[in-house]
Amino acid sequence: MAAEVQAAGRPRPLLAVEGLAKVYPTGKKALGGVDIVIDRPQLVAVIGSSGAGKSTFIRCINRLVEPTAGRVLLNGQDIVALDRKGLRAARRRIGMIFQEYNLVERLSVMQNVLSGRLGYVGLLAALRYRFPPQDIQAAFALLDRVGLAGYHDRRADALSGGQRQRVGIARALMQRPDLLLLDEPTASLDPKTSRQIMRLVRELVAERQTPAIINIHDVALARAYADRIIGMKDGLIVFDAEAGSLTEAALTQIYGEEDWSSPQEEDEDIPAGAAAMASLGMTS
Amino acid sequence: MMAATASYPRRWRAPGLFGSPGRRLAFWAVVLAYLAWSLSTLNIDTARVLAGLPRAWTILERMVPPDFSRWHLLLTGMAESIQIAIAATIAGAVFSVPLGIAAAANLSPRPLYLAARAFIVVGRTFHEVIIAIFFVKLFGFGPVAGLLTLAFSSAIFLGKMLAEDIENMKPGPVEAIRATGASFGQTFFYAVVPQVLVKTLGVLIYRLDSNLRHSTVIGIVGAGGIGQTLSASFTRYDFDFASAILLTIAAMVAFGEWFSDWARRRLR
Amino acid sequence: MTAHQQPPRGTAPARTYPDRWERYSPRERIVHWLWLGGIALAAAWSVSALDIEWAFFADAHEQAVDLVERMWPPRWSYLPRIVQPLIETLHIATLGTMIAVVFALPVAFLAARNTTWNQGTWLIGRAMLVLSRSINTVIWGLVFVAIFGPGPVAGICAVAARSVGFIAKLVAEAIEEVDAGQVEAVESTGATTLQVYGVAILPQILPVLIGTTIYRWDINVRESSVLGFVGAGGIGLLLYASINQFAWSQALVILIAILGIVIVSEALSAYVRSRIV
Repeated sequence: MAAEVQAAGRPRPLLAVEGLAKVYPTGKKALGGVDIVIDRPQLVAVIGSSGAGKSTFIRCINRLVEPTAGRVLLNGQDIVALDRKGLRAARRRIGMIFQEYNLVERLSVMQNVLSGRLGYVGLLAALRYRFPPQDIQAAFALLDRVGLAGYHDRRADALSGGQRQRVGIARALMQRPDLLLLDEPTASLDPKTSRQIMRLVRELVAERQTPAIINIHDVALARAYADRIIGMKDGLIVFDAEAGSLTEAALTQIYGEEDWSSPQEEDEDIPAGAAAMASLGMTS
Repeated sequence: MMAATASYPRRWRAPGLFGSPGRRLAFWAVVLAYLAWSLSTLNIDTARVLAGLPRAWTILERMVPPDFSRWHLLLTGMAESIQIAIAATIAGAVFSVPLGIAAAANLSPRPLYLAARAFIVVGRTFHEVIIAIFFVKLFGFGPVAGLLTLAFSSAIFLGKMLAEDIENMKPGPVEAIRATGASFGQTFFYAVVPQVLVKTLGVLIYRLDSNLRHSTVIGIVGAGGIGQTLSASFTRYDFDFASAILLTIAAMVAFGEWFSDWARRRLR
Repeated sequence: MTAHQQPPRGTAPARTYPDRWERYSPRERIVHWLWLGGIALAAAWSVSALDIEWAFFADAHEQAVDLVERMWPPRWSYLPRIVQPLIETLHIATLGTMIAVVFALPVAFLAARNTTWNQGTWLIGRAMLVLSRSINTVIWGLVFVAIFGPGPVAGICAVAARSVGFIAKLVAEAIEEVDAGQVEAVESTGATTLQVYGVAILPQILPVLIGTTIYRWDINVRESSVLGFVGAGGIGLLLYASINQFAWSQALVILIAILGIVIVSEALSAYVRSRIV
């Protein structure tokens, strides 16, 4: 209950999204007015079929996609209303992790991780890779934390998929973000690596007391690691509750008719530790 | 017996280049008709051309052996051509960066993109010699006009190549760096430059080589370099010196091509 | 579980991490500086030796504006007079390319290692490639004007002389990459060398030959627009004359016409090549 006490002490939610909508120039209505509130550090999974607007939603929060209407309040500040300079400052406080890792492949691991601090150094310093000593120390510590100690001078294109995603996570955490956005971070990884990455993200959310929003296709992974699940359909939220209350009926509502109790979905072996952690958010 | 059971055709013709004999006939008819038309429209002074054949022999005789006795003149002209090529490549590279960014559809705003593309299309159309004659009119005879000519066409060529590389790069890293709150300049240097740098260096070396080739021509309209010396030697019927210059140009261009291939292979 | 209860600061690492990191080692750094220094020296040498009169640049923009004002508006009444030279320009490019193909094929077989007779013939073939390619079309124009006198014949020869090397080089490369199995199969039937070339090799290199020829043709249209500068026929002669007489509005009409034929031929060449492959 510690988290709830903490939440009660806060004057305002960490993140509040109000009526967020996006219509693409092609006329496609991707988001039709989305409202969510995140009032404590938790891992929020967004599920839904392809084209439900998950990716647009997450990109509208840091305005990589410009929303058509609505407000995004991060610690009370409306990101949608910011000018370019203000937006850059706001983006520094939002870490983002991508499906294809999006590392700059010809640069070394260290250069990629340090690029998370670009918002805090000038152009010339960035060109000469002159970052403050505390940033470099933090980068080494983060690489150690994500399990890549000693990899700092490897080139990014020499790493495996899981390692690249760890670099991507370290880059996002270098920003010391107030919010983490993860866009399908496990979709290009094998099942085992996916679990490792999800466990890492979950631990980091707890350690750093940073809320995270994660787009994810894999319902089993979402159930196992997220605290809260949001279901999207046709650009609208159709489900929003704690992970444990995601029922077959709710899944049908999100994805449409399908036999959700088929063994394929249920049979995946969830490690004992992970299952315990999954229940943590609800039971403790 | 066999002939009775099945009668095989006794004639077979290979399928030609053009599919059927009719199309082959049509092709050669078109070629002949074109030759007839073009040769009749071109006013060719047959007598003068026929006189040229023995003349070619005399010129060739006077070209051999090549006369390298005025080597200092040759050397000065060559050095000037090389200087023009190097300076033009560097200047062109500097101007090609803003042009390339402006002409990349994924980085530049639409109106700027269209303007830059139009500039590239028009600039690329005109032969270096045409551009050179304009710079000669603006800046007078001499290497400056040549330098500006090659700098101009290099900027356009390099800018076009750079724009294409930028358009073909992966968008993911750019999005990721933008998402960290980096400025446009930082995003450019952290996400765009690493992706296009090696290819751009290769194109730059190639352009140095082709500037070396072009620098031998623009002298013909007075824009400096060995071309000016060569043109003068031809107008004075100084054929043995001309052949020395031609051989030197051929050697330098061949060396330049070898160097450019070698240097580009070393880039990874 | 423990992480939830600990304040964020409590997770500070027990280990200490380095706070210095350099992208490049000192040696790499020196190499970088040497490269930069070398380029700067080359630039300085080039620019200083060229004796640039910087004062010229001071009023360059005024001169440019002046030039544009003299050019505008284009003198369209001049257009009928340039139609014939424009056609001549296209003829020079086309006939030159046609002659070049005829000569390029034997030269290519001579310059390809797997079809040449011996080291000596290979060297001759290579020497022809280098000589043809390293001398610019316009310079070839000078040579042929000296031989045949001014006129389109010199232009056609110049275009052909430069294009032979261009086409033959690419075709020779294609010959060297030909599928050896097909060649062996034809050889094993007891065919003569020329039959082998015709039956086994020619069909394989034909797409390259046609593609290269069409590509070279559109380059040649651009090249023949300036051959007139050295008297080798085509529209260049009129352009040179107009500029020398300071008839700028007339020169603009010619430039627009050249822009038109070069862009059209480039598009045509790209279209035909895309249909072939």
